[in-house]
Amino acid sequence: MLFAKNSGWKLRLFNRSFVILWLVIAAFPFLWTLWGSFKVELDFFSKEDWTSALTGVRTLVQHGSTITGDGYQGAWIEEEFWRASFNTMLVCFFVVITSLTIGTLGGYALSRSTHNYTFWLLITALIFRAMPPITLVAGYLLPFFEWNLWGHLSTTVVVLVAINQPFTLWMLHSFFTKIPKELDESAKVDGCTQFQAFRHVIIPVMWPGVITTGLFSFLLAYNDFAITAILLSKENQTMIPKIASFLGTTQTEGNVMFAVAAVVSATVPLFLLVMFFQRQIVSGLTAGAVKG
Amino acid sequence: MKFNKIALASAMLAASSMSWAGCQIDGRVSIIGNEFPAIQAVAANAQECTGGEIASNLTADHQKLNVAGMQGNPAEYTSAIVANSSIVALMNEDVVRPLGDLVAKHGQGIKKNQLITINGEIMAVAFMANAQHLVYRSDMLAEVGAEVPTTYEDMLATAKKLRANGIAENPVGGAYAAGWNLAQEFNNMFLGYGGEHFKAGSAEANVNTAAGVNTLNMMKALSEYMNPDFLTHDSNATNAEYRAGNVALMNMWGSRAATLVTVDGVADEVKNGFAIAGPMTVGGGSTPASTLWWDGWTIAKNISDADAEATFIAMANGIAPSQMDAEMAPLAVWLIDGYEPTDKAKGVFAAAGAGTIPYPMLPYMGLLHTAIGNELSDFMQGKESAEQALSDIEAAYTAAAKEKGYL
Amino acid sequence: MKHKTFFWFILPTVAAMLLFIALPIVSVVTQSVFTSHGAVLIETENCGPFGCKVETTIDQKATAKLREEQPLGRFSGLDIYFDRGHLAVNEVAQAWHESAGVGDFLGQLNNLPFYRAMAFTLTFTFTVTPLMLAFGLLIALSINSLHQKLKGLAIFFSLLPMIVSPLIGSLVLFWMIDSRGILGNAIQWVFSDPDLSLKASTSLTWMMLIVYGIWHAAPFSFVVFYAGLQTVPQETLESARIDGASKWQQVRYVIVPHLMPLVTFVALMQLMDNFRVFEPIVGFNSAAHATSLSWFVFNDLSGETRQLSSASATSVLTILGVAVLLTPVLIRTWRDFTAKRA
Repeated sequence: MLFAKNSGWKLRLFNRSFVILWLVIAAFPFLWTLWGSFKVELDFFSKEDWTSALTGVRTLVQHGSTITGDGYQGAWIEEEFWRASFNTMLVCFFVVITSLTIGTLGGYALSRSTHNYTFWLLITALIFRAMPPITLVAGYLLPFFEWNLWGHLSTTVVVLVAINQPFTLWMLHSFFTKIPKELDESAKVDGCTQFQAFRHVIIPVMWPGVITTGLFSFLLAYNDFAITAILLSKENQTMIPKIASFLGTTQTEGNVMFAVAAVVSATVPLFLLVMFFQRQIVSGLTAGAVKG
Repeated sequence: MKFNKIALASAMLAASSMSWAGCQIDGRVSIIGNEFPAIQAVAANAQECTGGEIASNLTADHQKLNVAGMQGNPAEYTSAIVANSSIVALMNEDVVRPLGDLVAKHGQGIKKNQLITINGEIMAVAFMANAQHLVYRSDMLAEVGAEVPTTYEDMLATAKKLRANGIAENPVGGAYAAGWNLAQEFNNMFLGYGGEHFKAGSAEANVNTAAGVNTLNMMKALSEYMNPDFLTHDSNATNAEYRAGNVALMNMWGSRAATLVTVDGVADEVKNGFAIAGPMTVGGGSTPASTLWWDGWTIAKNISDADAEATFIAMANGIAPSQMDAEMAPLAVWLIDGYEPTDKAKGVFAAAGAGTIPYPMLPYMGLLHTAIGNELSDFMQGKESAEQALSDIEAAYTAAAKEKGYL
Repeated sequence: MKHKTFFWFILPTVAAMLLFIALPIVSVVTQSVFTSHGAVLIETENCGPFGCKVETTIDQKATAKLREEQPLGRFSGLDIYFDRGHLAVNEVAQAWHESAGVGDFLGQLNNLPFYRAMAFTLTFTFTVTPLMLAFGLLIALSINSLHQKLKGLAIFFSLLPMIVSPLIGSLVLFWMIDSRGILGNAIQWVFSDPDLSLKASTSLTWMMLIVYGIWHAAPFSFVVFYAGLQTVPQETLESARIDGASKWQQVRYVIVPHLMPLVTFVALMQLMDNFRVFEPIVGFNSAAHATSLSWFVFNDLSGETRQLSSASATSVLTILGVAVLLTPVLIRTWRDFTAKRA
């Protein structure tokens, strides 16, 4: 492993302190949000003095304790946030499965074909991705309403898969190009069809790329606002538009602490997910398959 | 908000236990509208009716959905809840139907002044009103011995005193966030100075005038007493400043007055000092520097007459005078018969009583509003002259209006 | 690979993209060269809760007839592309003739929304992209050298800037950088200037957006590079080490070349995403200081009157801008591609 135990202590010190610095920068706003989610709004978004978010002075006055679970109770019980998180789970699951399935087939084909059109296909996909999604969504509305497709989770899944396909395709393509051609070539010499070669030789070694891509597909579906806010009806709403609806509008009051509590709780499944997949993400395909 | 939610929940409970006799429909009803509690209460009341399917989709994104959702045939939505600014988009696309015959047949509970008539045809039924007006801190004003300001000039003088006496560093609050909010403040002030947004009888913008220059100078003067980040403060941020006790005077939406100090954790001095008054005038004019707004419902054009009738009956039930009870009353300033204004509603009532001009219901007003919001921030930062800013607004508007075919 | 096999492999993904991206793009391009019909306006008396007033409305019958004759609207060619809200050719020509010098010309250019937005967009794109690549690589190398047990945790925390919804992430950060927020206070303390406000100054707002851009995008390059690092051929690294290559030389001559396809990929995606920068502008309410093309699209579509043609034209300009921006990377990809074939 690079920079392993035998590297110089100066380098190791630099490494460690850089990691720590980065982790602080990356996690601090989130930890701050986590802490603040147990305060009242005027403490967390204090316009008087930033220390109130730490000490919770107003929370103490209001609730007799410096922490309160009101935000969580409001979001989960009063506003039925669980419904939205269930919808998000459905959407994410199907988006990841579908985009990986069709993306892997496509990305693999693109990485193995040497005809000119593969290049142009990749470029076209890239140009497709340049389109601002809000413009696309504005175009979907009329036909979707007309054909009664609007508002359903399945429509949103299909749209999210399609819109993220250029990204998935490019990412998998660049991972597949790194898997040596000789692997499937030799399988084909042994009498396999292209698909069998893919099935038996490539699939076992493609997981780090696929899992990384899957992680991004997941995050895209999970965090999407532009599409889900417009294409889903109220009862099918996913988490992000639901959170947005807690924020209120110009002329109406919202409840920001519901939103903050919802965001914190929405991060928990992700924590579990990353912990669960960490072995795949961490160890990757170090063993055997690809030796460059 | 929490207060509202509880009120809303009990309003629904009360309403459903009442089960208003005679609300029988025979058709499909599907409502789209914004999601604030007053509209949710109306939709919940409409859903008491029996005999047909009644769906509702109440979301902050309703304006992006309603036109597309009403253009199909049959339309997905049979009723859209809109305001005087947003009915224009539906009128422009010709997706709502005249309601004259339905009002005659089923409109017993509706007062005449709730009917929105355009070119002699009833196009919408209004149920609530809104306006921006003064919200202040009586305790802070008392400390410097200031009267409640009735003009923006008074407001400036009071702000000066408050700052000089060290009571508040930035005593004036305002939703001056670049974009829609800033443009709305411009509109208020511009109308207060007697400005007309358009040349008579045409769609040509008319803001590069003396009234326009005065408006900008007054806004600039006010901004000197605001938090330096005022260009990023929307009405949420402005309210947060008020709740934190940093702001003594601000022009705020009537619909937000009721919940301003009921949020968890507001300090006692803010709660006790909280007071509202009518909108202020400016430049010696008599028209308040504010605009009046209504919210009301429309009925789609591209649906069968039976569905339209069912929708009308359900929506009329949603705003029937019999629905008005202790739970529903504080949710908004209602235009419904039998509504007794609460204390928090007096700012909006004062605005209506003082002859405030309603927000212009013109096909091209939205375009001008957008142009103002985009082009004003350079002036507010002192990067360009008032004349330059106003001519930029007109140029940006002209380009947009040409595209939409108004010029 | 045979054409036929290739076709079946690629079919599902191409079908999805054709249906949901290519078709809408065709309609967007069409929309951008057609404008609404000239509305027939009439004066009417309108009444409501606040009394009656003579106002202008659209004569629906007359306008409906026009619409029926030409359902797409009036053909306007490239007019919308050239109007003041977009490329503003007339205004630019005028500024060129009237301006006293280059500085004055640029000043006048900066008063036009499109060029002002481009100035920010390009600055943002060309600072954030290289910095996030470098930063991501550094994080990946550092975390890769951590103890196995710590890696999972480190990866999770590194992902947080990407995971937390920008909707709330920006709300929290927006508060933090407020002049009374924790970071705002810290910055005031560092520069010992109690009146310093990040949100009130254009240049500071730009810096803030750029820092946010790097913070938000670094996890992306980190994860991609991290996955790539797992496949670095150990033998090559080993032999480099035996040849006495320093750590820096190992990174420079073994690791970076190995990661190059991924670097190209991340650079492509980031150039594009940064060119379409949108969420931080809305999240930080910074439209007064910085705008972008995507923000224009949003602004055109979210007003009370939706300007579809204008939004479409801006979208097409965005695509063209991305195409120009990506040309160097694409030429590189083409070379790699032909090299692969050879």
